[in-house]
Amino acid sequence: MTEITMTQALNLAIDEAMAEDDGVFCLGEDVAAKQGGGVFKITSGLTEKYGEHRIRATPISETAIIGAAVGAALAGQRPIAEIMLMNFVGVCMDQIVNHAAKLRFMSGGQTPCPIVIRTTTGVGVGFGGQHSDMLEAWFAHVAGMHVVTPSNAADARGLMRSAIDANDPVVFIENILCYGLTSEDPGPGYRVPLGKAAVPKEGSDLSLITYGRTVLDALEVAGDLEKEGISVEVVDLRTIAPYDEEAVLKSVRKTGRALTLHEAVRPFGTGAEIAANIQEKCWDDLKGPVRRIGGTFSAVPFATHLEQAWIPQKSDIAEQIKASVGKG
Amino acid sequence: MAEIDRDKLLDIYTRTMKVNRTDEKFRALLMQGKVAVMYYCVRGQELVSAAAMAALNNDDYVVCTYRGQGEQTAKGIPIEKWWGECLGKATGTCKGKGGTMHITDPDTGIMVTTGVVGSGLPIANGLAMASQNNGDGKVTLVNFGDGAANIGGFHEAMNMAQLYKLPVVFLCQNNRYGEHTAYADHTDSPNIGSRAAAYGMKGVTVDGNDVNQIYPAMEEAVEHARSGKGPVLVEAMCYRMMGHFFGSDFSYMPEDHLAEMQAEDPLPKLRAVMLERQFTEEELDRIVADIDAEIAAAVDHALAAPLPDTDEIYKDVLEEVN
Repeated sequence: MTEITMTQALNLAIDEAMAEDDGVFCLGEDVAAKQGGGVFKITSGLTEKYGEHRIRATPISETAIIGAAVGAALAGQRPIAEIMLMNFVGVCMDQIVNHAAKLRFMSGGQTPCPIVIRTTTGVGVGFGGQHSDMLEAWFAHVAGMHVVTPSNAADARGLMRSAIDANDPVVFIENILCYGLTSEDPGPGYRVPLGKAAVPKEGSDLSLITYGRTVLDALEVAGDLEKEGISVEVVDLRTIAPYDEEAVLKSVRKTGRALTLHEAVRPFGTGAEIAANIQEKCWDDLKGPVRRIGGTFSAVPFATHLEQAWIPQKSDIAEQIKASVGKG
Repeated sequence: MAEIDRDKLLDIYTRTMKVNRTDEKFRALLMQGKVAVMYYCVRGQELVSAAAMAALNNDDYVVCTYRGQGEQTAKGIPIEKWWGECLGKATGTCKGKGGTMHITDPDTGIMVTTGVVGSGLPIANGLAMASQNNGDGKVTLVNFGDGAANIGGFHEAMNMAQLYKLPVVFLCQNNRYGEHTAYADHTDSPNIGSRAAAYGMKGVTVDGNDVNQIYPAMEEAVEHARSGKGPVLVEAMCYRMMGHFFGSDFSYMPEDHLAEMQAEDPLPKLRAVMLERQFTEEELDRIVADIDAEIAAAVDHALAAPLPDTDEIYKDVLEEVN
């Protein structure tokens, strides 16, 4: 049994896709060997194997990076573009939203845009207000793309392969705090299909719907509450958009209660969409209102104690669950 | 400078008139109220588009803007499909889902038409990057206006293209206006072509109303890009002889500017060159008559064509995976 970290998982997935298909290439700031294989080492060792044309270190030019990925995709290649930190998508939203996501539709299906936009983020490392946000809702609101985030190393490997296979743009969100997580290596060729949620813990009292780093919090809280006789089912969406509605509704119909949880700020977050959908489609099964937890509605602060207070608290998750099941 | 080959000159003339007759027809249809869509007139810029497309191979890539009729028709897009798209019909290049601002026809190398000023340049780099990666020898030409030279994507794309020596031709059609704002009111540098030097790139500024200047410049730029020496910025000086889009006010254009524009109209100038080079009036008129007949048939076809099914709004969003 071999353990791999999420960093290794992503590297392995990209490596094997590049080995199989000459059209797969990476571009982004600092990604090549000369720059150390990326700030988080995801593309480490790949320049040596595939050369500088296929691991292109770019200038600090997010619009040019995504634009180039779009153009190369139109010409039939499968670029993996890295936007070093998620907040920097603000620099290149036009290329992502007006171009990558819409070109299949606006061309009447002639020019699909198979690009993977890898980006990382995360609250809890002291990066402050412009290097920490989870902005998945911005992309989930746009038709024509997938938004994916893994919560463990095995899923990272499988989701990355599926993202590269996909014939549409995929925003692939990594979380800095999760790079060191280890899983048993699922092995070469492993794929986790896009649009399929996982249920890492089954339960009967409440569905806790989440994704990415907060899956870890969800599992920890669910484990603690189990000891208090509260059975929480954890649903890890894995693909945030379009999400696995069937899995979510199935879980809620079973438990009758739902709580959405994400690190992104709560107002207008993905949790609101999921909650609304649950209430429309599972009204008769619900034993109470769907609750939502998200990050504090402010910029992510710098000072450690402020940053820690900003993040959705495990104590709050537990309280909300207890209140929901009537044991608060 | 060597004289343009006679066959090539005829080719450029034919392409120029295709662009011009399409523009005239479109404006006539709009005036008559037979169609009501956004259309960005290309009157005054026909020659630049035609010369640029004549310098490319059929399978080279082109990235257009919303004012892209010139590149599209001059590149040889099937005109029934082009009119179908402009009229929002199921027979259009994009099934009526793109429209005048988003014409796409990969078969003729029209890879994308963007409605966002300046967004085509970074995408052109990507098409060229694919060619550099797979060695297919294609050149990508991206067209844009003087207004686009002031958006961030221009700077990012120019720097990246030169850094990687991408086979791209950046064609700036300096039509003297960025939307309603005159060049001097949006830019203080004397021209756009000289900006290439800031990127270490080859750049030229040429008269886009004179075939003997614009075509050789385009040919040289395309050859430079194809040879692996890197991108070229060509600034073609021309005039937008109409408002920003059809029907829009252009009272902001000063009288003396209008007079200057009329004097530089590329069409009479091109015709004079053709006559000098021993083409006859009859030959030239016949070419125009043939183009008009072809356009009339394409317009009739498009007007009679079916509308897209309303189901189309749900299709081509994401690949349908079973």
